[in-house]
Amino acid sequence: MGQIELKQVTKSFGDVQVIPPLDLTIHDGEFTVFVGPSGCGKSTLLRLIAGLEDITSGHIEIDGIDATDLVPAKRGLAMVFQSYALYPHMSVRNNIAFPLKMAKMDNAEIDKRVNAAADVLNLADYIDRRPGQLSGGQRQRVAIGRAIVREPSAFLFDEPLSNLDAALRVGMRMEISELHAKLGTTMVYVTHDQVEAMTMADKIVVLQAGVIEQVGSPLELYRAPRNTFVAGFIGSPKMNLLTGDEAAKHDAHTIGFRPEHIDVVESGGQWQGTVGVAEHLGSDTFFHIHNTGVAKILTVRAIGDVSLKHGDTIHLTPRASEMHRFDAEGLRIV
Amino acid sequence: MATKASRSAARLMMAPAVILLLGWMLVPLIMTLWFSFRTYLPLRGGDKGWTGFDNYVRFVTSSSFWPAVQTTLIIVVGVLIITVVLGILLAMLLDQPMWGQGIVRILVIAPFFVMPTVSALVWKNMFMDPVNGLFAHLWRLFGAEPVSWLSDAAMPSLIMIVSWQWLPFATLILLTAFQSLDSEQLEAAEMDGAPFAKRFFYIVLPHLSRAITIVILIQTIFLLAIFAEIFVTTGGAFGTRTLSYLIFQRVLESQNIGLGSAGGVYAIILANIVAIFLMRIVGKNLDH
Amino acid sequence: MARSVSPRRKLINTTAAWAIGLLIFFPILWTILTSFKTEGQAIASPPIFLGFDWTLENYRTVMERSNYGRFLWNSIIIAGGSTILGLIIAIPAAWSMAFVPSKRTKDVLLWMLSTKMLPAVGVLYPIYLLCIQLGILDNRVALVVILMLINLPIIVWMLYTYFREIPVEILEAARMDGATLKEELLYILTPMAIPGIASTLLLNFILAWNEAFWTLNLTAVNAAPLTAFIASYSSPEGLFFAKLSAASTMAIAPILILGWFSQKQLVRGLTFGAVK
Repeated sequence: MGQIELKQVTKSFGDVQVIPPLDLTIHDGEFTVFVGPSGCGKSTLLRLIAGLEDITSGHIEIDGIDATDLVPAKRGLAMVFQSYALYPHMSVRNNIAFPLKMAKMDNAEIDKRVNAAADVLNLADYIDRRPGQLSGGQRQRVAIGRAIVREPSAFLFDEPLSNLDAALRVGMRMEISELHAKLGTTMVYVTHDQVEAMTMADKIVVLQAGVIEQVGSPLELYRAPRNTFVAGFIGSPKMNLLTGDEAAKHDAHTIGFRPEHIDVVESGGQWQGTVGVAEHLGSDTFFHIHNTGVAKILTVRAIGDVSLKHGDTIHLTPRASEMHRFDAEGLRIV
Repeated sequence: MATKASRSAARLMMAPAVILLLGWMLVPLIMTLWFSFRTYLPLRGGDKGWTGFDNYVRFVTSSSFWPAVQTTLIIVVGVLIITVVLGILLAMLLDQPMWGQGIVRILVIAPFFVMPTVSALVWKNMFMDPVNGLFAHLWRLFGAEPVSWLSDAAMPSLIMIVSWQWLPFATLILLTAFQSLDSEQLEAAEMDGAPFAKRFFYIVLPHLSRAITIVILIQTIFLLAIFAEIFVTTGGAFGTRTLSYLIFQRVLESQNIGLGSAGGVYAIILANIVAIFLMRIVGKNLDH
Repeated sequence: MARSVSPRRKLINTTAAWAIGLLIFFPILWTILTSFKTEGQAIASPPIFLGFDWTLENYRTVMERSNYGRFLWNSIIIAGGSTILGLIIAIPAAWSMAFVPSKRTKDVLLWMLSTKMLPAVGVLYPIYLLCIQLGILDNRVALVVILMLINLPIIVWMLYTYFREIPVEILEAARMDGATLKEELLYILTPMAIPGIASTLLLNFILAWNEAFWTLNLTAVNAAPLTAFIASYSSPEGLFFAKLSAASTMAIAPILILGWFSQKQLVRGLTFGAVK
């Protein structure tokens, strides 16, 4: 089991309220990602769930039990930290065994569980080394190993991949997803990287300034962002947001098109512009386009390698069916 | 960044240290204050009762008071200047590449390990003795008349002995600071055409300011309290009587507890003035 | 990185540094050498540097004259006891300051340090009187406690600076892993801070070993450590240079040897944890 419920939770540091009253339910077995720009309160929220910070008011329930005043150890949660927080003076084996030793488990059971975790995470080869002798990816696995041996009701991840290089990050992302599929345990994952959120989550919670902007599955957020903030935050490259006359034509304050929903055409087209930077990735080409008259810069994706260069004129047609409309408050018009 | 539970645990765990130090500070302090208002001569009739501020007036008007304050300050400031200046020079030298750096470092730190009583005795007898001391031999070698160091030049001699004990500490702290100096910053300054003296005053010295603060703070704490060096070498004669030593004489030699306690209160006030002054600098400099 | 230095430059550095190093070390060296001379050779004019008849006679005399073993043992008990007691009290306090800082943490730390500035002589008589009242004058336990109190601010301060280098996340991880506060301190913080604790221990051991105000004023026979042992040579008898040197060597040798073997921690400790 691993159902986590936050009811009217707030957090203040001194006089500054970083989390205004907030409600959220994380269902058992769900992979939930908290995503938002830095300083949005996502890590604070995770630490509140972990019990590393007190909530200022409200309640936290874990599996239906009020955990508001429980110390971290009693909440049955395991956490993987951004810096991995491995115990530098202990071998990998002892790092993983530490929570079990704290739980006064007998040695045979500890050995069994540590070996099982080592197998799952391919740690067997360096089980007797110290964290200092491991690479970043290996340390990350040890940290995860330390979390899974306890068989917690939920895992908490605090930006666990941000210290890894790009290639490793993609690999670890998949490993964590696979681990979730295998264990089926609730996972709460904090990141500022919307790609991580999109690829891993069952449910994404988009936060800004301590407020939940939207909760939903990755595709729900992609297809129907509730407001301009979510629209701009989810999806890469960012959605093009247009205001003024172009939006007024559609009875909206702001309209948005994702770069992949604007087609590059040979001639004619609804809009024309000058190509600025062109990013040729082979599979796709991204154009940053100036002088369109509708927005300062438009970002457009073309499939395959399109051979337009800096300074060329480009013709564009947005797909009307993929248009997002927002009102003056930035809220989606249904 | 913590929970209520950890904050209350923190208070609980700080309590023993805080309570012990508070007791250590307050109990003797209150007793000293009490005695300072009484005529208390343990060997000549014991506690003869209340005298008001007599002890305070007597202590401060005695001819030895101001010279003692002056002596205290001269020793503290003198030793600080010598150790900081020589410490910087020595640290700069030790920071250079050389053979046997480790051994030189041990040689330089060694005086710090020598207990003050030993160092005072060794300097007094084996070096500064006007007849058989090594300095006397050296002076004679050059045809000069040996100097009675601890009577004719008592203060410089004392400052020298104490500086010898504290130079290792200053050098080591400053050396550590030198080693953490960002060489790129210096190289950038060199590229900009800053001459050595400018680089030293505008980059090296500001970088050392924190280390120098630490040296001054810690040494002042210990220098205000120097005792054994004076006890062993001059016994407070020849102008080396510090405030601490004067009080010590009043309490233990003349067995006048009331007067000594009044002196103690003055010493505490002096120490506090120095402390407030120091803590302000240190508090500022210790913020990273 | 540093530019390569010409061998000539390095030679000049080496010569200068060794010359100054030896000059600073010379009083100690001279004392050790003199301790092996006869009294006559010790005051010979001109002084003899190495070409004397090496003898252990002085050490024998010093041993006969006083019970060196007892002084040494007292020094070890007093310095060791006060340092260990201080660490036991200071580790939790430093943990609090380093990991659960509040607005007052810095003030408390500075206040603690300022208690070290209270002139000992100002409170000598009250303490002396208390010791008589409690019947603990010339008592090792009393000195252990007093020296612990004297060095406690420094111990707290040093540990605080070392602890602050330890990432909070690791302690939080231990908390998540179910460690109680006691387990967190015992299994995580203390082992991680071992180098810092070792430096603190060594430095404060030395400070307590060399402490000469309280040890001289509050002891007579039973609890007298080496500071008192050596102070007895400040009488005119001290003018026997060779014996004085032997006694001095015996008083400082334990610390010099300790310092030699634990140089790295000591150098770290000697910076009081304040400079990296």
